[in-house]
Amino acid sequence: MRHKKIRVLIAKPGLDGHDRGAKVVAQGLRDAGMEIIYVGLRLTPEQIAEAAIQEDVDVVGIDCLSGAHMALFPKTVSLIREKGGENILVVGGGTIPKKDIPKLREAGIAQIFGPGTPIEEIVKFIETTLGKRGNDNQD
Amino acid sequence: MKNAKEISERKKAFRTTVDGTVVNRVYVPANLEGFKEEDIGLPGEYPFTRHIMPTGYRGRLWTMRQYAGFGTVEETNERYKYLHQQGQTGFSVAFHLPTQEGYDSDHPLATGEVGKCGVAIDSLQDMEQLWAGIPLAEVSTSMTINATAPIILAMYIAAAEKQGADKGNLSGTVQNDILKEYIARNTYIFGPTASMRLVTDTCSYCAQNMPRWNSISISGYHMREAGATAAQEAGFTIANGIAYVQAMIDKGMEVDAFAPRFSFFFAAYTNLLEEVAKFRALRRMWAKIMKGRFGAQNPRSMTLRYHAQTDGFTLTEQQPLNNTVRVTLQALAAVLGSCQSLHTCSFDEALALPSEPAVQIALRTQQIIAHESGVADTVDPLGGSYYIEWLTNQIENEAMRYINEIDKMGGILRAIEAGYIQKQIANSAYHYQRAVDSGEQVVVGVNKFATEDEPEPETLEIDTEIEKKQIERLKKLKQKRDNQKVNEVLSRVRDVVRSDQNIIPVLIEAVKVYATIGEISDALRDVFGEYREPSLL
Repeated sequence: MRHKKIRVLIAKPGLDGHDRGAKVVAQGLRDAGMEIIYVGLRLTPEQIAEAAIQEDVDVVGIDCLSGAHMALFPKTVSLIREKGGENILVVGGGTIPKKDIPKLREAGIAQIFGPGTPIEEIVKFIETTLGKRGNDNQD
Repeated sequence: MKNAKEISERKKAFRTTVDGTVVNRVYVPANLEGFKEEDIGLPGEYPFTRHIMPTGYRGRLWTMRQYAGFGTVEETNERYKYLHQQGQTGFSVAFHLPTQEGYDSDHPLATGEVGKCGVAIDSLQDMEQLWAGIPLAEVSTSMTINATAPIILAMYIAAAEKQGADKGNLSGTVQNDILKEYIARNTYIFGPTASMRLVTDTCSYCAQNMPRWNSISISGYHMREAGATAAQEAGFTIANGIAYVQAMIDKGMEVDAFAPRFSFFFAAYTNLLEEVAKFRALRRMWAKIMKGRFGAQNPRSMTLRYHAQTDGFTLTEQQPLNNTVRVTLQALAAVLGSCQSLHTCSFDEALALPSEPAVQIALRTQQIIAHESGVADTVDPLGGSYYIEWLTNQIENEAMRYINEIDKMGGILRAIEAGYIQKQIANSAYHYQRAVDSGEQVVVGVNKFATEDEPEPETLEIDTEIEKKQIERLKKLKQKRDNQKVNEVLSRVRDVVRSDQNIIPVLIEAVKVYATIGEISDALRDVFGEYREPSLL
């Protein structure tokens, strides 16, 4: 059992301005009891990684609808890892063609939540994944 | 027999959309009590509720204008030529995000974005090639560009002049609507005050030099996409319109000298009848405001001319072919709402950038409505329906409540700074998502009638080589142009920005010596600084 609130950083890498999904997810995760750090738009992978480390978050959610995800998502994950965020769970959303998903998974994005995903599904995924890890650590 | 009141219905309350209007079981003449006949009026007559032209589509059909642009200028140029052959009657340019946000393709923030959401334009060289073989004096072009609108307009003028065209004959539109960028679309660069200066410089330059050019397209579309209801879209867009008209008057211009070239852009959603009512309400509101509030005399200043686009947000990734049906309903709403031009979305847009077959069906949808459905044969065919007239009044009243609220706050800039508009829209978006998650709002193929494991259709992929090619081309340009001249003109750009002169002439000079979009934007950043979104979450 986790006792402290799950901390989630929500960010939009690149120049895409479509932030409806990111804001709705941020609000939904907050209503589910998580602590949300919404850093908003127009950020480089470098800036997101830095914020994730400084804010000491458990989860980073990144979102992109412009088609730049293949250039931005893997880079964000590797910078987070480089800066010492080995255990940070990274998830993504946006307009992501299905055929890109295996490559993104390989790069370390744990899950992609496309258009139409219920918020509950994202909440469950985060809780289960972090919960499992917590148990593994105890063993 | 049961009393009609006791017969149970499917839902406790019927609403147009999640946060939308509550709809009665049936509408009767009593619902229109106190309503004035002249508020409906005749097409082409004040308050233009039915259509801006007396003949509606019997004179001329709406312009079928598909928004397109991707990759390099050569590829987009090919797509334009294809659309032209397919019978499209106007162009609509999508620019990639770096162009929209004032970065060259080689800027670190442009990584991965080059050629993605639109065509990559770094300099006049790209603009010239975009229109190769297309005579700009003979076409009409709409450009979705806002923060960098004055620079892109300068490039378009320069490219046209190089083709031998006179800028006075150019026909088209620049979106140039910065206020909705702060509210929803997010491609701002500078703060609101600096941006309003650029907007009004562009509008007054067009009013004086380009009589056939729409200097602004005041847009509700992106607010709707971000979550706004129909009434919010109407109210906030008209409130932005009021701010632009006031800013032009404050600049010393007569309302009838610029207002005839103001145009609008709205979303067409799937709730057919509410959308038709919205478009009718919008025309009436604008006419009343322009006449009553601003004293316009020229009827052209009072007519709300608009482009509509079917709503991208409603397109589903699941069972994507269903989207062709959604697009048909939305397009029908725009046409029954008397739009002047229309873009229909492609069914695969929730999956990727649209593919060519999908783009073709989207255009065919409009052609079938125009030539087979019969809805274009008489003007405003739904006018006079108790429900439509009641709903038109309802949306007008609700939108006017928002406008009054914004007036009380001291105008739209204040309301944006306070985060009032953004908050209203974010709340509507959240309620909508909750309603979809709970099943209260049905989305066919997503939370009802879903199927497992659908095959994904072929989608368009943008070659990642484009980024390298574009950066290489930019590098070459910077080597071969006269860099001393570029620096001289850029320093004059800074001087003009600090003065109260109109900025467009010096921008035309700058683009002509091939100063890039990033360099010119940086010159403006030097003077204006940059805007950061207030944290509202």
